Amino acid sequence: MVKKLAVLDVNQCIGCMECMFACTRREGRAGFDKSAIRVRSAGGIERGFVVVVCRACEDPPCAKVCPTDALRLRKGGGVILNKDKCIGCGFCAQACIMGAIFWDDERDKPIVCKYCGDCADYCVHNAIGLVDV
Amino acid sequence: MLMKAEELNRVLYVDLTKKDIKVKDRTDLFDAYLGGSGVAIKLLEEECPTGIDPLSAANPIIFAVGPLTALYPSASKTVAMFKSPLTGNLGESHCGGRSAMAIRLAGYGAIVITGSSDILLYLVIDGDKVKFRDASSIGGMDAQTVGRILREAETGSGVRTIIRTGRAGGKLVRYACAVSETYRHFGRLGLGAVMGSKNLKALVISADKSVEIPKAKRKEYRTVYDEIQDVVVKTDAMEKYHDLGTAGKLYEMNKLGGMAHKNLESASAPESIARELSGENFANKFLSRRISCSHCPVGCVHLASLRELYAPGHYFKTSTIPYDNEPIYAVGFMLGMEHAEDCLRLIDAVDSVAMDIISTGVTLAWATEAYAKGLITKAHTDGLDLQWGDAQTYLAAIEKIVEMPTEFYQNLAMGVEHASSVYGGQDYALAFGGNEMPAYHTGIACYINNLTGARHSHLDSAGYTLDQKLIGKEFSIEEVVKSLIAEEEWRQILSSLVVCFFARGVYTSERVLKAMAAIGLENWSPEKLEAVGRDIHRAKMNFKFREGFDLAKLRIPKRIFEVPTPHGLLKEEDLRKAIAVYGEMISAQK
Repeated sequence: MVKKLAVLDVNQCIGCMECMFACTRREGRAGFDKSAIRVRSAGGIERGFVVVVCRACEDPPCAKVCPTDALRLRKGGGVILNKDKCIGCGFCAQACIMGAIFWDDERDKPIVCKYCGDCADYCVHNAIGLVDV
Repeated sequence: MLMKAEELNRVLYVDLTKKDIKVKDRTDLFDAYLGGSGVAIKLLEEECPTGIDPLSAANPIIFAVGPLTALYPSASKTVAMFKSPLTGNLGESHCGGRSAMAIRLAGYGAIVITGSSDILLYLVIDGDKVKFRDASSIGGMDAQTVGRILREAETGSGVRTIIRTGRAGGKLVRYACAVSETYRHFGRLGLGAVMGSKNLKALVISADKSVEIPKAKRKEYRTVYDEIQDVVVKTDAMEKYHDLGTAGKLYEMNKLGGMAHKNLESASAPESIARELSGENFANKFLSRRISCSHCPVGCVHLASLRELYAPGHYFKTSTIPYDNEPIYAVGFMLGMEHAEDCLRLIDAVDSVAMDIISTGVTLAWATEAYAKGLITKAHTDGLDLQWGDAQTYLAAIEKIVEMPTEFYQNLAMGVEHASSVYGGQDYALAFGGNEMPAYHTGIACYINNLTGARHSHLDSAGYTLDQKLIGKEFSIEEVVKSLIAEEEWRQILSSLVVCFFARGVYTSERVLKAMAAIGLENWSPEKLEAVGRDIHRAKMNFKFREGFDLAKLRIPKRIFEVPTPHGLLKEEDLRKAIAVYGEMISAQK
């Protein structure tokens, strides 16, 4: 079954950023410069948090604006990045009004969620999780 | 941007007088003392000349993180060191929020701030770029507003820390604190006043890097990371600190008879008050959100939501107010509050001006008793009629401590040790080593901790915990002192790595060594950790002695011998003996 990452209950989020750290840890780093997920306050911590992550659109705007077809539609929603084709124009990031396409400054290419669920494994408060598409 | 783990060795030196910076490689310090408290005390030795005025440009501020920062769960604290304007010796304060993550991932192991600016500044540390910004338009503002303005004025949303002072810092209240992320504090010993004296309103530090795990270590790192994460989540730390938070133990402590109430008139508030000020009541009535520091899954920070009518015609305001064990003790139990709402209002007021809430509460508790006894009058208090439980009057008093309309408030702004030396009432002026006391009246260990701990903080050696363990047991003073010293020495390792003391059960010596080895820090052993912990502790004590701290001259307020603890009445001769034993033990084992 194809899965996607979902924000299950943002009110459960405590802003610990463990998801962000987990995402970058996949590349052998401690930090979040390779993370495809970001947690920020909803305008001051008292208002709670916003979890920004790819929602696996069925008809993703990011793919529509890619001039090199580097973003291939994924079965069940979302996109798969072909890094070889990507020229780093940044149109995809602009097209995502959720701001869920992040930027890898070193490679000058987008960071796109792979729906692997590593982040969710470290979310002990069940704010995010993998769900069936 | 990628950096090597060893880039922790980079120390950023900021000179506020010259508005200039440099970065130095201090591998020497990080190799020997890990980071955090260990590196900070060495930097303080280097940068702080003997005998200086803590509010002069010569006093440095040091922020330090450690080798586990940003790499492991609950390694989430930053250590600040400076010469304390409250006690005149070691100033050390720890804070979570996003501070530690931001400093480490900006590419530094420590930041040393020296000198004093001619105009009010805030500092922006955006990775490698450091900017000096004019803060003159936000000078007289409270800590929350400063945070809101800088959040919008500067970039780095979500991956930065904003460390700022409120009005109390600018006014040099000796126990002014610094606030990060609105709800976390470098609370104790007056960092806010030192920032104020330097014309430094705030620091905005943004992360832009990540730390590379050496290829050969990646598998091991993930295994150890997962083991630690598992333990953090599954031990009682999670339940203890996440559910009701630190406030969860207030009711039981009061029931035990170890909770100072109304300036330690007794060690147990009446049952109805204890229920009203309990963690359970705060959670049921006011808890609106639980949040955590960066990279800590526990989420111990408890935020209350308080809705109040403030003007006729249905004008309401809703405030979000952080609460914890210590604030509820200091402005709730100590000031005789009868309503949780009043306690929250006082916490909010103290947080806005940004003062250490323990010092504020204890100082006002002394003032209330001195006023009742006629030592001070309305001429001193500028007309305020200080009475237990009267939140409105205390709100006015908090404002006056900051604005200092009379000499009396100038003296209150210097702490209870100083104020009582001017007006009398020292028998019930509850400061130890010059620092206002924490909640506990649990037995002899908590007071040995208060008197001899390097920071005079209950977290130095957790004497209150030892007292509770010893109830109903036979023990000697030597055993208690030895145990407290061992605890304080080990805590130097935790605060050098730097891990949160709430995760102390997770980071055992064995697990610390595994965590270090998995990021390439090898050649450490339990014995070496123990020895370095002792070295750091002694270095901190030596700094205190250098600045005039004298175990033989410690003032002990008589009040603590007049109120029974769970161990019965304490005797001054026992406590004096314990202090002497402490002195002998730390000089015998250097």
